[in-house]
Amino acid sequence: MTILVIAEHDNSSLKGATLNAVTAATQMGDELHLLVAGSNCGAAAEAAAQVAGVSKVLVADAAAYEHQLAENVSKLIVELADNYSHIVAPATTNGKNYMPRVAALLDVAQLSDITAVESADTFQRPIYAGNAIATVQSLDSVKVITVRGTAFDAAAAEGGSATVEALDSEQDAGNSRFVSEEMAKSDRPELTAADVVISGGRGMGNGENFAMLETLADKLGAAVGASRAAVDAGFVPNDMQVGQTGKIVAPNLYIAVGISGAIQHLAGMKDSKIIVAINKDEEAPIFSVADYGLVADLFEAVPELEQKI
Amino acid sequence: MKVLVTVKRVIDYNVKVRVKSDNTDVDLANVKMALNPFCEIAVEEAVRLKEKGNATEIVVVSIGPKVCQEQIRTSLALGADRGVLIETDAAPESLSVAKLLAKVVEEEKPDLIIMGKQAIDTDNNQTGQMLAALLDMPQGTFASEVKVEDNSVSVTREVDGGLQTVALNLPAIVTTDLRLNEPRYASLPNIMKAKRKPLAVKTPADLGVEVKEHTKVLKVVPPAERQAGIKVASVDELVDKLKNEAKVV
Ligand SMILES: Cc1cc2nc3c(=O)[nH]c(=O)nc-3n(C[C@H](O)[C@H](O)[C@H](O)COP(=O)(O)OP(=O)(O)OC[C@H]3O[C@@H](n4cnc5c(N)ncnc54)[C@H](O)[C@@H]3O)c2cc1C
Ligand SMILES: Nc1ncnc2c1ncn2[C@@H]1O[C@H](COP(=O)(O)O)[C@@H](O)[C@H]1O
Repeated sequence: MTILVIAEHDNSSLKGATLNAVTAATQMGDELHLLVAGSNCGAAAEAAAQVAGVSKVLVADAAAYEHQLAENVSKLIVELADNYSHIVAPATTNGKNYMPRVAALLDVAQLSDITAVESADTFQRPIYAGNAIATVQSLDSVKVITVRGTAFDAAAAEGGSATVEALDSEQDAGNSRFVSEEMAKSDRPELTAADVVISGGRGMGNGENFAMLETLADKLGAAVGASRAAVDAGFVPNDMQVGQTGKIVAPNLYIAVGISGAIQHLAGMKDSKIIVAINKDEEAPIFSVADYGLVADLFEAVPELEQKI
Repeated sequence: MKVLVTVKRVIDYNVKVRVKSDNTDVDLANVKMALNPFCEIAVEEAVRLKEKGNATEIVVVSIGPKVCQEQIRTSLALGADRGVLIETDAAPESLSVAKLLAKVVEEEKPDLIIMGKQAIDTDNNQTGQMLAALLDMPQGTFASEVKVEDNSVSVTREVDGGLQTVALNLPAIVTTDLRLNEPRYASLPNIMKAKRKPLAVKTPADLGVEVKEHTKVLKVVPPAERQAGIKVASVDELVDKLKNEAKVV
């Protein structure tokens, strides 16, 4: 069985989520191909060829794929589908955008956000904000799957020596157009891949106060996240939201500051190894998942923690 | 411009669902049900487009058992004009939902279709994209801003690194993210008025769609429980635990 994994990349480099998807894919079959669809994406393709366990890299380098528009990328993937038993992508916003189109065009189901591979056709995935885990068997001939990155280790980015094959197909549906993007810039590690994550909630009071968390984050090499309430209140940008409908994180250490612990927030972080909660309300539900809970005013506790850690 | 909005009946988002003891499914008996929050946002967005003069008619569609009429009525009370229920006791998978919706779209010919990005029961996040593919329409998923122009719609999307804006030719499909808008509450007079708005009921057979199974749920179990933790009395104790017990810093 040969598996096609769709690479997540920014044309110049491969994104970490690809490596987790590769690990999931190796549990489904024996041969692995990676598709790099982009524009001027030679560097990303070279990186893809280094990934351990990958035997072939397919490169579709064309203007229509520059921004991963789902209308175009899905058609490209469908063109290749005949050769594969499984088509796998990371459950990033890109993967979530184009993969269901691929499934529908192939007339098969999509298994979203899988967290375990039981066999080539049976997978686990969380439902109801992670309050239940379903074991689901696919009855389709081709399995279309998105992978929750935090549930699988990253494959080695180096050590592979895949052959690289250029595809000359350019699928342009012609009905959608990229206009602009506004990407948040940060020198800190990526939220979904960081070893330590410090998140702030409504209790932070305002955006300026997040500077406190950033100082602590810099000391710990941590990424900074947020609850939806903090994002909604405009304290921080949307891409920092952790939760059922935001990013899923599972770092070694998660520090929740001024976050109450709603079901939807827990869904995004409760698989973290160690959870610390700082909240002034000792009844806050976040304490039910915290390994170490500190009932305190965050405006005193966080600066003190930053000094003493 | 005609707008079609899809609404799903799901567990209320405040309820923590439990798994049945025989591990076949979650237990929805006597659980509070509601309009999927993302669908509520979809209805609100359509109503705002109507208030702005962009939309002339709003049709809401739901697929599921008879009780889904409640969620259609709620949507009508929020400002939609008429409802369509595709009645079925089977819980169709996303692909079948998309096929049923595709038939409704062929009949209704809307210019814009607004859906939730995700149903909070299955957490699938796929039906809108599937419908778009079946209809060969462009899609603006995870929308935080929607601007209708002459023959196109501009959609700002919440993506991993920030925000992305795309322009889509109409007809197009938009799926909503949480920050698109804050839904209003239905007023009592509007709830009364909604009772008299038209609601058509059809079956999958009427639409000529065979609801097929593509997956089988073998088991549903509760997630791994976390070990109960402890409360620490001070920052000093916290630092000590992190360094010497958990060894994570
Ligand atoms: C469909 C849907 C999807 C959602 N998805 C998500 C999601 O992905 N992620 C998410 O986070 N939420 C999500 N939510 C929202 C979620 O339900 C909660 O509303 C949200 O998580 C609350 O954020 P919060 O804990 O920061 O705010 P609050 O619940 O208001 O909690 C603030 C906490 O700060 C504490 N506090 C205040 N001041 C201080 C102080 N000085 N010192 C110490 N502690 C203090 C308070 O005691 C309180 O516990 C979703 C909701 C819906 C309906
Ligand atoms: N049974 C249904 N009836 C109406 N709309 C649905 C149904 N299932 C899914 N949808 C729509 O598709 C969106 C995404 O659902 P899902 O892909 O299941 O997460 C939902 O927010 C609804 O708008």
